[in-house]
Amino acid sequence: MRRAGLRFGLLLAVLGVALLTGSWLAEREDDASAAVAAVPADQVARGAYLARAGNCAGCHTARGGPVYAGGRELSTPFGTFVTPNITPHRDSGIGQWGAQDFWRAMHHGKARDGRPLYPAFPYTEYTRVTREDSDAIFAYLQTVTPVSQQVAPNRLNFPYNLRPLLYVWRALYFRPGVYQPSSTQSAEWNRGAYLVQGLGHCNACHATRNALGAAGGAALGGGQVAGRSWYAPSLTSMVEAGSGGRSIDETARLLSTGIAGTSAAAGPMAEVIAQSLQHLSAADVRAMAVYLQSISVAAILQSDQSELTAEPKLRVEKGAAIYDKHCKDCHGASGKGAPGIYPALAGNRGVTMASPLNTIRSVLDGGFTPVTAGNPRPYGMPPFAHALSNEEVAQVVSYIRNSWGNRASVVSAVQVDKSGSD
Amino acid sequence: MKRLLLLLLFAAPAALAAPVVPDTVAERARACLSCHAAEGRRVKDEYYPRLAGKPAGYLLNQMLHFRDGRRQNRAMALLMENLSDAYLAELAAYFSTLPATYLPASANAAHAESRPAPALVSQGDPARKIPACTACHGKEMLGVAPAIPGLLGLPADYLSAQFGAWKVGTRRAAAPDCMAEIARQLTEREVSEMANWLATRPLPADSRPAKALAAALPMQCGSVTAPAVKP
Repeated sequence: MRRAGLRFGLLLAVLGVALLTGSWLAEREDDASAAVAAVPADQVARGAYLARAGNCAGCHTARGGPVYAGGRELSTPFGTFVTPNITPHRDSGIGQWGAQDFWRAMHHGKARDGRPLYPAFPYTEYTRVTREDSDAIFAYLQTVTPVSQQVAPNRLNFPYNLRPLLYVWRALYFRPGVYQPSSTQSAEWNRGAYLVQGLGHCNACHATRNALGAAGGAALGGGQVAGRSWYAPSLTSMVEAGSGGRSIDETARLLSTGIAGTSAAAGPMAEVIAQSLQHLSAADVRAMAVYLQSISVAAILQSDQSELTAEPKLRVEKGAAIYDKHCKDCHGASGKGAPGIYPALAGNRGVTMASPLNTIRSVLDGGFTPVTAGNPRPYGMPPFAHALSNEEVAQVVSYIRNSWGNRASVVSAVQVDKSGSD
Repeated sequence: MKRLLLLLLFAAPAALAAPVVPDTVAERARACLSCHAAEGRRVKDEYYPRLAGKPAGYLLNQMLHFRDGRRQNRAMALLMENLSDAYLAELAAYFSTLPATYLPASANAAHAESRPAPALVSQGDPARKIPACTACHGKEMLGVAPAIPGLLGLPADYLSAQFGAWKVGTRRAAAPDCMAEIARQLTEREVSEMANWLATRPLPADSRPAKALAAALPMQCGSVTAPAVKP
């Protein structure tokens, strides 16, 4: 409640500022010249590939529903967004759109009628996509099966349901601009940066969102996934998911198969790998790995060797018995797991990072790593939500975070959210 | 002695190396077993049915239904989320080959023995176009391979809950959804009578599903005639 009040206050404040500067009036569209003519069949195939890279289907498809026909609900602190139908159906899809309209959405974040779009559609990232690629994706989308499906309207809370306020938001947080290659970096690095920053829209999850839902803080610096009890770790920090400590091959393998070294993809990332990353070419995945490794920043590791105080120590000790009973069989007595099958917990940054959210989530919900060409028959972890109390989950997670050389904060039962919010 | 020495020589390095995880479906299916015990089990308020010995096509259909939102269960939806049809078919086939073990029929089974079967079970109700349970689920109601489940060895509240879910549309199958059509016509009382009777049936020694239907299905069932993937 306090947060909602704070957000509203902030919103009013920025509204005032924006009105004074008249910044929304200054917004205008600089359109790149019309599409470069390409061989249509090639263009469609390229568009299909790029649509995979952007995982358009991930959001624009309801569970079990027709592909690209929209209707998936995205719950956020601002209300529930219902994704639109982007099949070429004339009435309920984007059948009446042209390539220019599509470019306006991708690059400028505006609908065909010029209304500003909510940034739940990640145009803050897609704006870096080139006109040529945008046209290819559009050409492809025009070839998918048109589906007649009107989706329900968004259910947004006041005041976020007032669309004109988006002009304010855009003035503050949105600068349209295609990716500009860095002349001092290799073509491979630039390709990786283009994919990570643009179509991949990694920053949509891997960044902290401020009270108005804008990605704040450092790019790819990590943050909780909007509306879900998952934490998307920093891709720059070496105490989280920064790629510095891994070989480029290992990072590429993680992205395309879902499992590599001590890392295994779970939750929303497993979905991204299953639906998008596993379908990218080896060269593109490698380019992303090259770029990710370059932005990884070594952290000053202050290893905490102090003794745990009595209360946390007791919690960790209680967790040991639970670990022996439920976890040891697969993850091993020394937490080493089985490489490529059951992830190691000892020395796993996903376990020791400051946020315990993902470890808690994994204990509660279990899960399989995604089926990919490189890992077609994955092993899985059972859920324990039904078998363990919140206190027991807190104990075993505390134990995992403080054993075999691991050292991280202990977890309390109130941090265990069985309902999940997804 | 010599043999023992040899054994020690080989055993010592193996003990130090990473654990060997069997590359089998059984090992992969372990994630299912914390809920689904061999004969089904109840944890707190939830009942987790057994998977062992059920028809493969039926198991696969259910996994696809959970994954694609035709049946509602958060835990199952999350587990199935990123798994392919082919991999799920492999898991289904594995469970279908395991011997079925059943929970003993409820304590009041002996008492129920004498109770007559509700007419719907063996005769249906032609006036409402409701076929007999036995017409599709087999004469012994142990199911029919590959896609029709058995009805015995399940608790009454679980059976009733499935009818409820069909009625309100939170459990769906491939169209035409015959069980949804039947469930919509049944009264609460009829459902509870049948569920209570079914739950107290003793099981025959050979409780495997029938290999084929004795006669053509009395109505169109999408899950039986057009399974999503042939297991």
